[in-house]
Amino acid sequence: MPSTFQFRSQVAVLMRDSIDTDQIIPARFLTTTTKAGLGKLVFNDWRYESDGTPKGDFVLNQADPETTRVLLAGEDFGCGSSREHAPWALADWGLRAIIARSFADIFRNNALKNGLLPIALPAEAHATLAKDLERDPEGEVIISLQNQEVTLPDGSKIGFDVDPFAKHLLLNGHDELDFLRTFTEATEAYEGSLGSR
Amino acid sequence: MSDSPKTLYEKVYADHVVADAGYDRDVLYVDLHLVHEVTSPQAFSVLAERGLKVRRPDRTVATMDHSIPTKRTDGKLQVLDSAAQAQLQALSESCAKHGIPLHAMGDEAQGVVHVIGPELGLTQPGMTIVCGDSHTSTHGAFGALAFGIGTSQVGHVLATQTLLESRAKTFSVTFEGKAPEGVSAKDLVLAFIAKVGANGGQGCVLEFRGEAIRALSMEGRMTLCNMSIEAGARAGMVAPDETTFAYLEGRAHAPKGDDWGKALERWKALATDEGATFDREVTIDASALSPRVTWGTNPGMGVGIDEPLPSPADARDDAEKRARERALEYMKLEAGKPLLGTDVDVVFIGSCTNARIEDLREAARIFGKHKVADGTRVLVVPGSRQVKHAAEAEGLHDIFTAAGAEWRDPGCSMCIAMNGDKIEPGQLAVSTSNRNFEGRQGPGGRTILASPLTAAAAAVRGKVADPRELL
Ligand code: SF4
Repeated sequence: MPSTFQFRSQVAVLMRDSIDTDQIIPARFLTTTTKAGLGKLVFNDWRYESDGTPKGDFVLNQADPETTRVLLAGEDFGCGSSREHAPWALADWGLRAIIARSFADIFRNNALKNGLLPIALPAEAHATLAKDLERDPEGEVIISLQNQEVTLPDGSKIGFDVDPFAKHLLLNGHDELDFLRTFTEATEAYEGSLGSR
Repeated sequence: MSDSPKTLYEKVYADHVVADAGYDRDVLYVDLHLVHEVTSPQAFSVLAERGLKVRRPDRTVATMDHSIPTKRTDGKLQVLDSAAQAQLQALSESCAKHGIPLHAMGDEAQGVVHVIGPELGLTQPGMTIVCGDSHTSTHGAFGALAFGIGTSQVGHVLATQTLLESRAKTFSVTFEGKAPEGVSAKDLVLAFIAKVGANGGQGCVLEFRGEAIRALSMEGRMTLCNMSIEAGARAGMVAPDETTFAYLEGRAHAPKGDDWGKALERWKALATDEGATFDREVTIDASALSPRVTWGTNPGMGVGIDEPLPSPADARDDAEKRARERALEYMKLEAGKPLLGTDVDVVFIGSCTNARIEDLREAARIFGKHKVADGTRVLVVPGSRQVKHAAEAEGLHDIFTAAGAEWRDPGCSMCIAMNGDKIEPGQLAVSTSNRNFEGRQGPGGRTILASPLTAAAAAVRGKVADPRELL
């Protein structure tokens, strides 16, 4: 289904660098065979005491998924394991975009395949947004994929880069597997050329 | 363009382009798809939902490794966790349905996915190899282009045997000189990651080159390429040479007879051409390195074993300062002092980084002379059933058990702590695995990454110790 991928949201701030996918979803929860229900486990070991009590000061225990669709983090978000369970869990909690200074390659790819938009902002814009949110934790941003633009709480707009192919798929609701399957003939020809290899 | 000098990566990539897909993407053919229980079930579900078949089950190989027990109960390997059991069952059923060869628990060829590919001769120079696992980079040791993919892409490869890929940047990593005694491939790669940082290789495919790399065995090269992802790189590669060919010859799936000769010809042409240029280059003097240890919560936070831990006050910027403070606090370690002498609770020798036969031989050099310290728990987990048999044939298991270590069955075990093998909150482990993230080896656990020699030294001293003093 085509989508405008434009929305307004409060921002959960988790200002750390190198948030790895083991933190986003610890390995012991990976024995699942579905994608459903991972949102309640996202950031499990930062979010709950060992007896399961939610930690009151952890940002996703304070934020409301109804109004908060954006997470703000530092550098190199999503490094480590290639587990797609990480974007599944973030999206299942209710997030639709992560704003960070930079993203690990595999995470960025995985996120885009699950309707979770990774937005890398340059240092200055990133710092401005962080400061705005420090002043007003309930400040809202507007994310527009079409315009590749974040509108900050103070009304200023910042552009961001997004892979044109991923943008095309997200806006048109197309599926990468269907797209790949249109190359079946080329694949057959390639396989024919392999000979004994 | 076709005549301009090319790097190893550029040659392998170009060889596998099926079509230009537009949008800066190529449809890339996958020669070998490795599958394990944890990252595949949702991909098989997508195939089932759409009524698709696995296009090339003959280019697909599955194993069980992440969640299986490595300890026997009543002499048998029993999966006690019901979710893990259901997931393993799902893999067995999917493999049976699609005709995919599966090395299930107990199978003679079973083991950690990145250990069995090479040892069965499935991994070959010039191939493209993918797996739903970031340490797929391991296979780059053979001059293959090998990288980890997410579960959506596992589905793409199952259904089409292709992937949409974009070209990476090239990054030459040269190790000059000879590594001194006691300095292994693990120390080389930890030194590299500390130099460029845990995201220093982002967007790049690394090629490891130079005298110290040529001198490495295939096991060492696998350790090196395995950790490429810990520098944030997409993949790591080493050009194939006589060491590679000698390792492969005669392995179960390696080419035989005339095909072997033809393969050799192809493989010899893969090396980076004279005059080819890289987007980035670094050079490291291997002869100046000492054994390495990590002190923080990402693999880039490492030092030489006798060097003081860096202080947050000397950080380049605020972000690094905060990261160091946080890591030191989590690790309960002090800046300005070396790790040497720090008490260690657990030692783990295992994982796709360092659980091949050579790694176990290295550890046995120390366990043969010294007993495990009182109060230190030591697990030695072979990377595969074949490694287990080889070690037992050489009597290494007797050396480990006589020294006071546990000798286990093959699997990922305490590298990822999914199967019940884990460290307790607050415990400090020295591990030969690849990730020291918070809680990676068990919630609240603290991890120091090191080579098999350095891990064995910690085991026998009960403290972080310099292996060079124990050889
Ligand atoms: S040994 Fe560790 S890093 Fe390697 S495949 Fe298993 S869990 Fe992943």
